[in-house]
Amino acid sequence: MIPMHRFNRRNLLRGMMGGAAVTVGLPFLDCFLNTNGTALADGQALPVNFGTWFWGLGLNPGRWEPAKPGKLEAMNVELQPLAAYKDKMNVFSGMKAFLDGKPNGVHFSGVQGMLTGTVPRGMTADKPSVDTLIADQIGTRTRFRSLEVCCAGNPSHSQSRRSGAVVNPGEISPAALYTRVFGPEFTDPNAATFTPDPAVIVRKSALSAVAEDRADFVKTLGAADKARLDEYFTSLRGLEQQLALQLEKPAPLAACTVPGKVDDSPVGTEIEIVKTNHRLFAGLLAHALACGQTNVVNVAFSDATSSLRRAGGTQTHHEFSHEEPVDAQLGYQPTLAWFFNEIMGSLAFFLASLDGIKEGDKTLLDRTVIMTATDLGYAKLHGLENMPMMTFGSGNGKLKTGLHIPAQGEPTSRVGLTLQQVMGVPVSSWGTDSMQTSKTITEIVA
Amino acid sequence: MKHMKKTLATAAVALTVVYGGVALRADDGKPSGGDAVTRRLSQEQYRQIVSDIFGPTIKVGGRFEPDIRRDGLLAMGASQVSVTASGLEEYDKIARNVAAQVVGESNRDTLIPCKPANAKAPDDACASQFLSETGRMLYRRPLTAEELASRVKVANDAAVGLKDFYSGLGISLSTMLESPKFLFRQEIAETDPDHAGQYRMDAYSKASQLSFFLWNSAPDPELLAAAQRGDLNTDAGLKKQVDRMVASPRLEGGVRAFFTDMLGFDEFETLAKDSMIFPKFNTKVAKEAQEQTLRTITNLLVAEKGDYRDIFTTRKTFLTPMLASVYGVPLLAPDGGWQPYEFPAGDSRAGIVSQVAFVALHSHPGRSSPTLRGKAVREVLLCQRVPTPPANVNFTLVQDTKNPQYKTARARLAAHATDATCAGCHKIMDPIGLGLEAFDSGGSLRSSENGADIDTSGNLDGIKFTDAAGLAQAVHDNPAAPACVVSRAMSYGLGRLPAKSEGEWVKAMQDGFKQANYRLPDLMRQIATSPDFYRIAPPQMGALDNPAAKLAQEIQQ
Repeated sequence: MIPMHRFNRRNLLRGMMGGAAVTVGLPFLDCFLNTNGTALADGQALPVNFGTWFWGLGLNPGRWEPAKPGKLEAMNVELQPLAAYKDKMNVFSGMKAFLDGKPNGVHFSGVQGMLTGTVPRGMTADKPSVDTLIADQIGTRTRFRSLEVCCAGNPSHSQSRRSGAVVNPGEISPAALYTRVFGPEFTDPNAATFTPDPAVIVRKSALSAVAEDRADFVKTLGAADKARLDEYFTSLRGLEQQLALQLEKPAPLAACTVPGKVDDSPVGTEIEIVKTNHRLFAGLLAHALACGQTNVVNVAFSDATSSLRRAGGTQTHHEFSHEEPVDAQLGYQPTLAWFFNEIMGSLAFFLASLDGIKEGDKTLLDRTVIMTATDLGYAKLHGLENMPMMTFGSGNGKLKTGLHIPAQGEPTSRVGLTLQQVMGVPVSSWGTDSMQTSKTITEIVA
Repeated sequence: MKHMKKTLATAAVALTVVYGGVALRADDGKPSGGDAVTRRLSQEQYRQIVSDIFGPTIKVGGRFEPDIRRDGLLAMGASQVSVTASGLEEYDKIARNVAAQVVGESNRDTLIPCKPANAKAPDDACASQFLSETGRMLYRRPLTAEELASRVKVANDAAVGLKDFYSGLGISLSTMLESPKFLFRQEIAETDPDHAGQYRMDAYSKASQLSFFLWNSAPDPELLAAAQRGDLNTDAGLKKQVDRMVASPRLEGGVRAFFTDMLGFDEFETLAKDSMIFPKFNTKVAKEAQEQTLRTITNLLVAEKGDYRDIFTTRKTFLTPMLASVYGVPLLAPDGGWQPYEFPAGDSRAGIVSQVAFVALHSHPGRSSPTLRGKAVREVLLCQRVPTPPANVNFTLVQDTKNPQYKTARARLAAHATDATCAGCHKIMDPIGLGLEAFDSGGSLRSSENGADIDTSGNLDGIKFTDAAGLAQAVHDNPAAPACVVSRAMSYGLGRLPAKSEGEWVKAMQDGFKQANYRLPDLMRQIATSPDFYRIAPPQMGALDNPAAKLAQEIQQ
């Protein structure tokens, strides 16, 4: 077998510019997974993945918290759709966002606290979200550092941000995501032959001229603008790396199969449309992870001020949250409970998409950690106490699962800190003001 | 509670000018400008520039990175955003696609000013000619010798690799289209010879400042030539260019872009209306509704050179048959296209606030919202800030629409306002929006809600009215309305809030607008001919040994 490192640009250019493109056949089985499919043939474990799954408006208080601390047994009613995953998940209750006297940016402060460890003073975020910090650690060797999707039709619903104003926009069309990941630029890691594209070599070489533009540009800027341009050049390096990876024979991944082509589907906030697009996205993201195209995925099921609605209804999920009376007999808002059931059902579908991909005796979900995020603890009051939080998957055994961690009055940032540490980010303390924490949730660290 | 009362009291007062930055005084005691800003091109600007340089047949396809709104304008968000990894992937695709069309067989003869000696091989001379001319338009200044050499080398290397001159040229063009030098507008500072210790933009940065402000596009060749000659550094030279640009038909494009931003029409991209409740409202109606408002505005302000305040009261507008059906008015349009239309005197449709675009954009998907509409009048048209609702407020007093006790929005909001915590904020929004209750969430006229008659009375800052036309007059007469458009236009042009040190300039522009009988093109001319528009705070690094100044010198050579 030809060692992979020999596919560098110079060797390829030499081979290709001189004549026809080289087609390199590789002995297929030699680079396969080990016999049980849980590691690459050279003994390295399959990489860990990370993801976030966001929805708006939290859950109905009292209806999701598990009854007892410790081992997860019976699920409370609003987490029933997730019951099949009780051994692969953790639930954190009682956690809150601290405002520290800052105004409550409704539907904003809570999710910022949870995902960035910082509650901003106004409606402008100023810190990177936990997924980008983790992607910088685990996502640097893949074609895409991360993939974001927004199921309710607006790319700005994405909660993944590299800094205050640099938000990774989400794909809103499953067909577009399909083309981006599995279109003509996709290299099947399990293909028997590998043909590098001469046009890719030329493009990669040309991009170095753009990288050189940095010298004249960045030195002339103030600090804030310099950081923004640095972000551009980080993105440029990502693009160069994408091209570099297209010139390498990827390591085969037994669980990788190329999904069928996805056609255009309507987008919008009507819940059946949102669920349909989410299902398509879930399948594509699972395949993208299984095929090593990325190690980080971020799903925004809705916006924070959940604008989900039922066809023909005059009110959105958000309007119901404020305007629907608490049913005197039931003790909760029944329409809201209906929406939450739909949302948790969709989360279960997403997990099933990952758990359905078998890798030996384990599944893709087992080498992944999914963190859920939401904006409120009690939507009716814009409350930031007792915000529902969950994780799924063990990240290749790095995380203990099947636990309920009650953490009354603790900052939600503890989950983000712990997951960064589990994913290998060298961080001992994270967050700002009362959201700052150095308290790892040791109960879940394996 | 005390704190909240104070916030509300402040909010209710007209807050027409918000300043950013710090006051600075230069050596000669005159105020200096605000910090230099670096703006990412908007999608519209990108498209316009490609169309200006290569013609409208070159298609720009792809998903652009979303813009963000800061202090009321995307134009200010442009000074905050960067390019994410997925955003750059898209810029890369768009750039390659545009470049492939430009060098493609059907366009190369018209768009490339020379022919290579051998189409299968690199050609230094032809690549240099094309890239230096196109680069000057894209970078909005001449390329330095080094920059040109680098891009010619890219073209040559790629021509060798792909065995095709045109493909190589296309690759090089695409690297310019995705370079930050094209995608970001940087302001280059130079010392201001007229004011010791102060800085101003160099001539090419001035040209861009002018051109994006008035035309929403990059400078045309004539403006670049004026920059090169140094004309833009003289009052007469600057005035000559501003006069030319204000007189050009392209001013209308600039005015449209400004109002598209100010009125928040980007939100139409994701506006949802329930098709079962509003079967007449679809994406085509949404597009035409925006177009109707923009036509109303540009016709009044640019074509007729009218008074800005009249956009709130004019009954003259333009309709298509589809819009006419939403408005429920007869329209004779034999070709199915746009027709001028005037609502009769006394009609409740008066001015842009009563048009479908405004009332539909500021509504819920399934029903109207006096609160959202009132908030939009305050924030969008009067530049006032409404505080966000506090945490832990109980909304239980607002019952559902099916409740027989609260059939109309007025009744539901009145119930909500019995809660003192809510009442303060709603008092500054709802009485405005209630004037628009005769228009449903899809923009159509109605007289009842759930069987109860709709009462459209309300008030704006103490001026009482009984219907939308009365509200229109109240906005027209509110001094915050013209003050707002002045401050928005300045921020739009600057890409930032005016600095405190620029307070006198803001005041002068407000006064000037009044003296010009509130004519918008005159306001734009005043701003564009002010030296303050090009003044910037001292760069953060040593001036002349800094690379920007070095770059400016190289360009001049």
